[in-house]
Amino acid sequence: MRIAIASQGVEKTSAVDPRFGRASYFLVFDTSDESLEVVENNQNVNAAQGAGIQAAENIAKKNVDIVVASNYGPKAFRALEVAGIKAAIWADGTVSEAIELAINNKLKICDKANVEGHWM
Amino acid sequence: MKIAIASGKGGTGKTTIATNMAVAIAREGRDVTYIDCDVEEPNGHIFLKPKIREQYDATVLVPHVDLNKCTLCGDCSAACEFNAIAVLGKTVEVFPSICHSCGGCSDVCPENAIVDIPRTIGHISHGDGMGVQFYEGRLNVGEAISPPVTKALRRLDTDSEVLIIDAPPGTSCPVIEAISGTDYVILVTEPTPFGLNDLKLAVGMVQEIGLPHGVVINRSDIGDGKTEEFCHRQNLDILMTIPFERRVAEAYSRGEMMSDVNSEYERRFWELYCSIAEKVSS
Repeated sequence: MRIAIASQGVEKTSAVDPRFGRASYFLVFDTSDESLEVVENNQNVNAAQGAGIQAAENIAKKNVDIVVASNYGPKAFRALEVAGIKAAIWADGTVSEAIELAINNKLKICDKANVEGHWM
Repeated sequence: MKIAIASGKGGTGKTTIATNMAVAIAREGRDVTYIDCDVEEPNGHIFLKPKIREQYDATVLVPHVDLNKCTLCGDCSAACEFNAIAVLGKTVEVFPSICHSCGGCSDVCPENAIVDIPRTIGHISHGDGMGVQFYEGRLNVGEAISPPVTKALRRLDTDSEVLIIDAPPGTSCPVIEAISGTDYVILVTEPTPFGLNDLKLAVGMVQEIGLPHGVVINRSDIGDGKTEEFCHRQNLDILMTIPFERRVAEAYSRGEMMSDVNSEYERRFWELYCSIAEKVSS
């Protein structure tokens, strides 16, 4: 399983970024070899629109199965759905805690967008 | 003769001026067309009460991807400044509501897998009321990008002697789309700090585009003298001042013409038109 965590930093100890589209980074953890890859998302932080779509495309390229953040807008959710990536809701701690919860199947998976577009 | 009615601030009286002037011109026996370009909230129909004779869709072109030809190369997505098209797993998804219809994605597609298809974002109504030819554009609820509807209105073939274009408020793209190519822009304002602030922005806009313009001060006796001062300092023509009058406001609230309660206004709006026609032709 490949897990993408929206992250405010590049370490396993970094805090999870609640924003999906405008997360600073995605850290992609692969359970088969326990590798951690940093995916930059900085071109999206200042995007005028469609940040969630672009973020979904960025992680879809990395063959991710599930992503962890806490806010998914309607277009972001649609993009993840099309890409076949599960959207998990959690943003209370660090990347390593998020990975642990994802592996143990303890995260709530969205069945629809949970915030309005342009909610911030 | 194409005259646009614009304002920086909303609620200053654009539609009041536009519809009253259109009716005054029509009553002089002239062929006049009123075009409501305030497509997010058109309300000229309240005053002209047109009988609508035809309606048609306003569309924009959006990409459609033929997945049989697509190789998922991602060139389309990289070309899109607006993130409206994305390669997601084994498919390409288009997000039409944020597409700006630039055609960039289909231009760069190496497989010619993208064709442009029309998407309806609003509609245009045509009719006549009070002796005035009437057109109105209306953006569908939930749509974010209004200029294509305005563009469709401005491309209309009308052979009327006089076109009165009722612009939306503000100074951004929808307004510029509405007023471009007109012979004269009337900027309607009110003598309040908000009105003056937004008048300054509107004057900057028309000067940047290079359109002849003048000012109508509505409810001219309610605020302070700073708006007139500004106009004098900037050498702006004050075309007309309209003092506040309760019976006029009441007529407005009932969707009636100002001349219905104060007959002087039919003459005043005809004179407003004549003074602009004279400026344009000289």
